[in-house]
Amino acid sequence: MADVTLRKVIKRYDDVEAVRGIDLDIADHEFIVLVGPSGCGKSTTLRMIAGLEDISDGDIMIGGDVVNDVPPKDRDIAMVFQNYALYPHMTVAENMSFGLRLKHYPKAEINARVTEAARLLDITDLINRKPKQLSGGQRQRVAMGRAIVRNPKVFLFDEPLSNLDAKLRVQMRIEIKKVHQKVRTTTVYVTHDQVEAMTLADRVVVMNKGRIEQIGTPNELYHKPATRFVAGFIGSPAMNFIPCRLEDSGGKLQIRLADRIAFALPPARAVRYNALPRTENLLLGLRPEHLTESNAHLEPGVESFDTVLDVTEPMGMETLVYFGLEGTPVCGRVNPNAGAKDGAPMRLAMDLNNMHLLNEATGVVL
Amino acid sequence: MSTLAIDKAGPSRKVKLGSMSRDRTWALRWSYFFLVLFAIFSLTPPLYMLITSLKSSAEISAATNPWWVFHPTLSNYVELLTSHQFLRFFWNSALVSIVVVTITMLISVPAAFALARMKFWGSATLATGVFLTYLIPDSLLFIPLFKMLAMVQDLTGITLLNRWYVLVFVYPTLTVPFCTWIMIGYFASIPKELDEAAIIDGASWLQTLTRIFIPVAFPGLIAATIFAFTVSWAQFLYPLVFTTSVDQLVLPVGITTTLIKGDVFNWGQIMTGALLGAAPPLIIYAFLMDYYVAGLTAGATKG
Repeated sequence: MADVTLRKVIKRYDDVEAVRGIDLDIADHEFIVLVGPSGCGKSTTLRMIAGLEDISDGDIMIGGDVVNDVPPKDRDIAMVFQNYALYPHMTVAENMSFGLRLKHYPKAEINARVTEAARLLDITDLINRKPKQLSGGQRQRVAMGRAIVRNPKVFLFDEPLSNLDAKLRVQMRIEIKKVHQKVRTTTVYVTHDQVEAMTLADRVVVMNKGRIEQIGTPNELYHKPATRFVAGFIGSPAMNFIPCRLEDSGGKLQIRLADRIAFALPPARAVRYNALPRTENLLLGLRPEHLTESNAHLEPGVESFDTVLDVTEPMGMETLVYFGLEGTPVCGRVNPNAGAKDGAPMRLAMDLNNMHLLNEATGVVL
Repeated sequence: MSTLAIDKAGPSRKVKLGSMSRDRTWALRWSYFFLVLFAIFSLTPPLYMLITSLKSSAEISAATNPWWVFHPTLSNYVELLTSHQFLRFFWNSALVSIVVVTITMLISVPAAFALARMKFWGSATLATGVFLTYLIPDSLLFIPLFKMLAMVQDLTGITLLNRWYVLVFVYPTLTVPFCTWIMIGYFASIPKELDEAAIIDGASWLQTLTRIFIPVAFPGLIAATIFAFTVSWAQFLYPLVFTTSVDQLVLPVGITTTLIKGDVFNWGQIMTGALLGAAPPLIIYAFLMDYYVAGLTAGATKG
């Protein structure tokens, strides 16, 4: 077990910078998820920690030691790959024990570790099978088992669930969380799936274009995104961004969304945003769950307005409604019994207590 | 809402519905037709060899139906298999082939691994270069090779020319490039993650090669072995040039040089010798095909 530190880590491929100076401190026992769209540099970062890619600049430390020039086998890490990468000619037990056998561990020790890992992952019955006789989920368990038996300082996961079907993915997600609760090894996990990131991580690192956008607990990222990218990336359906301006009206600060739609800001928000210039182009960031059907009694800070729905998507426990606000497509979540219909008018409520205000030009959350 | 205007005219010609079962039937008929055609084409010469090998010299020269044996005899087989000379050719061929296959594999497997996996400066060019080497015909190479070996012989005093073992140095120029090329293909088809997993598990390059790549690419190894063996076994030009003494000859050259005396063709024994010479490759193919399990990588990754 060990902590992992990245200092100004840069990866260049010829002229292209895939990773542009990353600083990251991962505590011992921590479960860190790197998340971002494809090409954001998250896998490259993971592979640099593993030692599968050279570092163009900066330092990577595992357990306090700089490992920039240490070969993968001496870094004491284990990696689980997206496509499992099991050795096809070996049985499950041989796959799991390969690393230990290379290091000439005593047979009894190897057997004990393999048995223990197989029990932990519930693959005891499969121990003598070849990978081709296993299902995708079982193969992924074996790949995890191969990592666990090594008892390494750090686990590295490279999109381990992307090849599984949706149902199995949820199941294996829980499985990975359980394993981490028992084994407590420092883990770096890469995924493009924000749900996986939110559900697994102690802390999530959101990456974009080779840089870290924000590091935080899942709740911090969801409720206090630092940038437009994070706000839009975390959460499904994504946060709505509606162009707006701030106005003074009768001594109160209000937000104007359209010629006909302007709402007074709740007092706490008014204080926070009062210093902002009134002329600047801003974006109102509002999650779909804060755009619901309007009730007779509106809480303070909740404002209602009329709109015509374009499309509705009944999801069972909720209905997603899509409509346009001055040409901006907007998504809301309403009660399935609220009577939302395609093409029908509806009165919706906007919860401004949970609003975000962003600078349209810089994408910074204000 | 406006409705889209859709052209109701449709295609101008009548659409004929296809039938998948009819298509399949015809595809099968055509494939069997050509398979039978090629089977006849390739099996007729060995059949003719077999028929001729069972005839006495008198019957061969007699004006009877050449496609039928009227007085079958095993005398050709007995004569050859008891002939010291013929067995010597056989032994030389076997020795040369086995040594050449071993040398070829020892060189081409590590070379292919390096070219397929270790990205170093010029590795791609080198891989192409290896293949281009194979494209140079042996009929162009034998004179310079002969000169080279004669020079080595003069300088070192080690007799190379007119010794069976000279072929062990010469044949790999044919087998190594092609086998390396085959193995590069097989190694390249192994998912990158497999060697990365091995490296993280603590394997060295050599261990990755011997414990992961060779077992996984075993079908490729067999294919390369078969190729190297066939080339060494059937090579004619090089042994014809480099060996002349009867006791140093390999089978293909031995049969043609000793069984044709001037203008006398001992057809029965030539055919028998050729058939017996074709047996070892056949037996090896049949034996190795059992191990030639395609798709050994199944289960390594998603699929």
